[in-house]
Amino acid sequence: MSKQIFFDSKNDVAFKPKRFLGKTLIYLILIFWAIICLFPIYWTVTTTFKTAPDVMKGNLVPWWDFRPKWLGLKSLGLSPDRIFVESTVREEFLKRFYNSMIAAVGSSTLAVLLGSCTAYGLSRFKYRFGFMRNSDISFFFLSQLILPPVVLALPFLVLYKELALLDSRVGLIALYTLTVLPIVIWIMRDQFSSIPTELEEAALVDGLSIWGAFLTIIMPIALPGMVAAFIISLVLTWNEYFFAALLTSSHAKTLPVMVASQTGSQGISWWSMAALSLAAILPLIIIAVILERYIIKGMAAGAVK
Amino acid sequence: MSSTDADYLHIVTQDKISDRRRDLGRLMIWGSATILLILIVLQSLDQFSTFEFGFTTWRPTLYAYFFWATCLCWAQVILHGEQGRRRLFILPAVLFVISMVIFPLIFALGIAFSSWNLSSPDGRQFNGFDNAIEMWSDPFYWNALKNMVWYILAIIPEYIIAFCLAVLLNSQIKARKFFRVAFLMPLMLSPVAVSWMIGKSMLEIRFGPISRLVRTLGWDNPSFFGSDEIARFMIMVMDAWTFIPFMMIMILAGLQAIPKELHEAAEVDGAPPWKKFWEITFPLMLPVSITAILIRIIFKLKLADIIINVTSGGPGGATDSVTSFIYREYRDRSNVGYGTFLAIVYLILIVIFMTFLIKMAERWSRPRY
Repeated sequence: MSKQIFFDSKNDVAFKPKRFLGKTLIYLILIFWAIICLFPIYWTVTTTFKTAPDVMKGNLVPWWDFRPKWLGLKSLGLSPDRIFVESTVREEFLKRFYNSMIAAVGSSTLAVLLGSCTAYGLSRFKYRFGFMRNSDISFFFLSQLILPPVVLALPFLVLYKELALLDSRVGLIALYTLTVLPIVIWIMRDQFSSIPTELEEAALVDGLSIWGAFLTIIMPIALPGMVAAFIISLVLTWNEYFFAALLTSSHAKTLPVMVASQTGSQGISWWSMAALSLAAILPLIIIAVILERYIIKGMAAGAVK
Repeated sequence: MSSTDADYLHIVTQDKISDRRRDLGRLMIWGSATILLILIVLQSLDQFSTFEFGFTTWRPTLYAYFFWATCLCWAQVILHGEQGRRRLFILPAVLFVISMVIFPLIFALGIAFSSWNLSSPDGRQFNGFDNAIEMWSDPFYWNALKNMVWYILAIIPEYIIAFCLAVLLNSQIKARKFFRVAFLMPLMLSPVAVSWMIGKSMLEIRFGPISRLVRTLGWDNPSFFGSDEIARFMIMVMDAWTFIPFMMIMILAGLQAIPKELHEAAEVDGAPPWKKFWEITFPLMLPVSITAILIRIIFKLKLADIIINVTSGGPGGATDSVTSFIYREYRDRSNVGYGTFLAIVYLILIVIFMTFLIKMAERWSRPRY
């Protein structure tokens, strides 16, 4: 064997305490922040199963310093012993849950449909509408984001009263669609401008109409963007409270309004509040865990040009 | 509205539109518009009880509006063929936004100059500038505006924290996906649930976990919503908690778009990490940061849910945001006129402020070399 040509310099093989410390510090900070982010959720989940003395004593770890009870779910009529029994609380809760779901899914779907068409049109054709060109029309849509809900809330209260849309899910869906439409257009515009126009040109040469090309060629390619826009709309509309609190009273009341209306009685039934809050946040937590990359994709749209 | 010849999409279309087809298109638009107008006139007459037609709501007008909008969209295709089909992409959304924003805003201007208590039988009474005079001497509204300034300033520390977290997440670490999901979580949660989870239960003075922690740290009688400054600070913290992930993810996306070569070049040149950050990362992140902060400001200006549910503006209006103040104004006194006036003033202030900010942002994000 010949003699060794390459040597690791002393600097390379040496244990670097500074680097090791840096890594540890990074992990410590990350874990610390993860605890800050997750502890309130943990607290809510455990409180659902606590009795009053457990709450007072501040017990934290189930089976170790308190015994989980079905109290929280029982108060919603969802515990194992109540689930097959008639329960007005459960009916009420399920109705609110259902309302929230209809409002969120309905408005997100509508917003994604309207928004994708608009974003596609704006990214492919040049429009002229009076003095308004494409950039002005884009700005017109995006500027709706600045509009604070409070400006629209009171006029809509009066308008909906006249239109008999107060306390109806349709009214909520229309308003929610309006609030998320600019965000959808923002995300979808980004998505469509990354798709080369040659694709449609080829499709059009082959005899498809422009809508045919849009529906059969472009939509499937833009699907990830649409999913991202849909999920972000879903998050915003599911959590919406302000309009729902003003415009609904009994029939179309959504889950956040139900949660808010119970906060007055806190201190008495912690477990039921915790269970309600948990129900309000759980669907989105599941979505966040499964579809995290779409959410990130949606939020990153426009951040990177 | 018409598409000009030079589109981004290069296609040639040939449309021969016969006169009969053109007439049909015009008839559709104007016919449905006439129906809409007749209904509006009939309903207005009914409203002012000149005649009695037995309308209970304005629903018929709404349906007529839908009919007109549909006819307008359809007629585009009949009238303009291929060009009309292209207009169909944006026309529904334009009509939707105009009918949902512009019309209510004009309506709001009408309400703003009147005294209108929804629960009283008198109905709407025009009162000129009385609302403006009332606003001028309303200390709580000015206080709410002042609080908004504080809340907006709180974005600066939020941004710094978000930036640090994004840099940490972007470094060579294991379990990055877990941390990303965990950090994203607060953004998913409904503000109402957050205000119960954190504001009402974890900050509960006697046995909330945070109160316990604070007590062991030496603050004997914690009161989070007792004094003005602390209450405002707690609201800021809760809002920051939910929205830091948003800025963090935008910044993280920006960080990952920075080409690696730049860092490698700096490394070869022997730049210390601190300098590398200030000379490369930060300047390159400026446009993304400005976008993130602008969007964050827009969201912050809508801040209300947490305040309404945790403090309802207290103590003594110290935590009020404009939105929550108007909300209570309506809930307590159900005076739609005054509330709308305040909201319109707020909107004007926001538009001025945002225009100024966007102009400034354009100047800042332009490279200065």
